[in-house]
Parts: sequence; C-alpha cells; structure tokens
Amino acid sequence: MFAFYPIYRGYFRTSLMMMFQYRIAMLIWLLGGIIEPLMYLVIWRTVSLQQGGSVGGYSTNDFAVYFIAMMMVSHGTFTWIMWEYVYRIRTGHFSVMLLKPIHPIHSDIADNIGYKFLTLTVIAPTALLLAWFFDASWQPTYWTLAAFVPVLILAFLMRFYWEWSLAMVAFWTLRIDAMNQAYIVITLFFSGKLAPLSLFPQFVQRAADLLPFRWMLYFPVELLLGRVTPRDVLIGIGAQLFWLVAGYLFMQLIYRAGIKRYAAFGN
Amino acid sequence: MFYLRLFATYLRIGILGELEYRANFWISLVQSALDLSVALGGLAVVFSHTDTLGGWRQEELLALVGVYFLIGGLIRTIIRPSMTKFMEDVRQGTLDFTLTKPADSQILVSIQTVEIWRLVDVLIALPVLSIALLRLGARLGLVDTAVFAVTLLCGGLIIYSFWLMLSTCAFWFVKVENIQVIFMSMWQAGRWPVSIYPAWLRAVLTFLVPVAFATTVPASAVSGRITGATLVGTVALAAAMLLVSRWFWRVGIRFYSGASA
Repeated sequence: MFAFYPIYRGYFRTSLMMMFQYRIAMLIWLLGGIIEPLMYLVIWRTVSLQQGGSVGGYSTNDFAVYFIAMMMVSHGTFTWIMWEYVYRIRTGHFSVMLLKPIHPIHSDIADNIGYKFLTLTVIAPTALLLAWFFDASWQPTYWTLAAFVPVLILAFLMRFYWEWSLAMVAFWTLRIDAMNQAYIVITLFFSGKLAPLSLFPQFVQRAADLLPFRWMLYFPVELLLGRVTPRDVLIGIGAQLFWLVAGYLFMQLIYRAGIKRYAAFGN
Repeated sequence: MFYLRLFATYLRIGILGELEYRANFWISLVQSALDLSVALGGLAVVFSHTDTLGGWRQEELLALVGVYFLIGGLIRTIIRPSMTKFMEDVRQGTLDFTLTKPADSQILVSIQTVEIWRLVDVLIALPVLSIALLRLGARLGLVDTAVFAVTLLCGGLIIYSFWLMLSTCAFWFVKVENIQVIFMSMWQAGRWPVSIYPAWLRAVLTFLVPVAFATTVPASAVSGRITGATLVGTVALAAAMLLVSRWFWRVGIRFYSGASA
C-alpha cells in the first residue's frame, strides 16, 4: 500500500503541471457540472414553492441543499475516462502506458484526484455562492460529517472502477458515443441527479435498489442532508463495498481480455 | 437561388458521405432517443408532483421540448459541424480553398458540412411538437401559427449568428473549440422555460448566450403567452445579430493571413 505513495506523488506532480497548461479548458469543462444541478435545483424549488413549501418530504430549502450537495458529490466522483480511452487506443498512446511496470489505472486515479483538488477552488466557491443565493440553510451533525468521508471515498472508488471498466469497451469498438450517452442517461434517472429518488415512481426506485448508481451519488447526498439513520449508513457502506469489489473483479476480467485484443497503432 | 443550389450540392455531398457510415444513423437514432427520454422523463417526474411549472402546463412544456429538439437538430446537423470544420480550416490554413471559391465566403463556411444523420433530432421533434400542438389545438389560430413560425425562424437565425460570431474569434485566437462546450452546456437549460430561472441566470440565457430566443420564445408563441414587445424584440434582435455577425465576419476575414498555404 505505502509503496504506491512516491508513485502517486510523482503522478500528481505531472498531472497538475499538465492541467495548468489547460487552465481555460478546465474551467469550461466545469460549466456543465454546474449548470445541470442548478437547472434541477431551480425546477424543484419552483415546484416546491407552488405546492406550498414541500414536495414528497423535501422542503424548498431541502431541494436547494440537495442539489448543491449533488453538485459537490457529483464533482467529487465523476470521471471522464470513458472518453479518454478511445483517444488513447486510436492514437496508440496506450502502448506507452503498457510499457510502464504499473497498472494504468493508477495514473488515471491520480489524474482524477489532481483535477478534483485543482477545480475545488472553483466548485467550492460556486457552492457557497449558490447556497447564499438560494438562502440554503444546512445543519450537519458531527456523525454525518464523519461518516461522509469514508462514504465519499468509497463512492469515488466504486464509480471509478465501474467507469474505468466500461471505458475498456474501447478495446472492442471505438464508436462508444451512444453507449456513453446511454450510461449518462441511466445514471441521471437512477442516481438521484434529476430528482431525489423518493420522488420517482415505485418501479424506478426498485430498479435503483438493484443498480450501483444510487450508492455513488444519492446515498452520499442524503447522508450530507442528514436524512439517513446510522443503520442506513451501515447498509449503504456495505452496498458500496459490495459494488466496489464487484467493480474491481469486473475491471480485472475486462482489462485482461481487452489487453489481449489490443493491437497498437501509431507510435 | 444560386445559394440554394449550392446548399443542395453540399447537402448531397453530406448525404453521400454519411451513407458510407450507415451505422451512424442507428447511433444518432439511439442518441436522440436517449435525449428525448431525458426530456420527457424529466417532464413526467416533475408533473407527477405538480400541475403547472412556473405557470406552464405540461403540453406547453411538451411544445418547448419539441422546439428544443428542432433547433438543437438544426445546430447539430449544420451549424456545429460547419463551424467546427471552419475552425479547423483556420488552424491548418486550409480556409484558403474556401476563400478562393467564387461565392460568398460566409455562406460557404456556414453550410460546408452537413451531418445528415443528426436530422433524426428534427424527425423526433416533429411528432413531439405535433402532439403538443394538437393538445393545445383548440386555442391555436392562424395568427398564432404564423407568429410561431416567425419566432422559430428568428430563433434559428439568432443561434446561427451567435455561433458565427463565436467561431469568427478563431481568426484571432486559434484554439476556440472549447467555446462550443460552453454553448452546449448552456443549451441544455433551454429545455425549461427561462422564466423559472433566477434573474441573473435568465439574463445570461437571454443576452449572453441567446438560448431563450431559440426555445422559450417560440414555445411561448404556441402557448399564447407571447407579447407584442417580445415578438418585435425577437425579430429586431435576429436582424441586428445577422448584420453584426456579418460585419464581424468581414473584419475577421481581413485579419486572416493563411497559416500554411
């Protein structure tokens, strides 16, 4: 475990240096991640105000806090790896990664975390600004904040392993746009991004129980809002661990199969 | 007339090119269907908890979704691919080939790439819009229909002029593709009426990135909530933006020196 420490430090340094070269592009990519939750925040706030201050157990204030928290958790856990792999394989950049005596997922994790910390300087003030603008009041308890740390880390890791595995599809086909979009739409409905899951019809909620997405976003957000009991947290962490292990095994399988198919183009 | 024939030619080239990649049709179809499911799913969830959203009824928002897909399809079929190609041409210096052709360079640049399969968005928009209009039907007279057509046209022209102005910046700042990402991020907010957004966001979506004119305004024409002032303003803005973007294009093209050729 600790053997990775110097390696990750090196990765962080190079990825931060690279990102400083593309400052403006970094900012622009953030925009979509801000507009989307803001849009749903405004919509559900409007609905709640019309319905006399609450909808499905969420008050107008809850909606504001929910979607601001969703913006943060979503920012903390999202990856862009499903687009990146196609580029790597098409251009042959992947060959270089194969030459290194370390699993390529590590440099991707380091890249992702580096980007997250750098862009936190924009996302965090945005969240505060939105909270101020929508007059959101949030009273966290110590234990939810303490529980949030491992929950967020698990959410990040499980999302990373699943999306990294899906990115491996690029070994079989380079035309992944439709698949990626399908993935985004599915997460939109089953992760609580579009609306809190309890506002959906029963069958959507049952389906969400069987899928990993609610544990990536909805669960950490609900925890931040203090809407879960300690027992729920234990169940949630159990589900996250289950999906993390499943994602890890899936990644190993698909990565090995993919490597066998890989024929280097380019350099 | 000449330019219509020119457009027909580019359209034919576009069709011939894309027929080589027939699988793209199915991919576009899947993508459009997914987009539609997000729009309709969102509407369904919202309207399972309320009857109106900021004064808009469900079928009025359905009309808005139709308009959103119609204009979005136009952007994806012609405007975005053509402007992407143009920016690429500026960077590589291949814009020279366009400039030496005996036709108006702005028009050539604007219609040079047609991604025909993206018309699926338009094909999806039409039934959505028809269903919405049928449900609104009783109150939709001839005048309303005419006003709708005018606002739709103006909305399209405003969006086109806006993209042209953004793309023209490529003459000075060679790497501007990311500007498109800004637009597409803002564009998704157009699925909902801008009147529900807080004032600052509404201002951004109206004046900074004119999404409102292309989506909310035409949709408010069919739901009978458009005012005379909005209509006149939309037409005036479309005319002004066409002129300004034209002028800006001319300034830009004078600046272009041909990077490679």
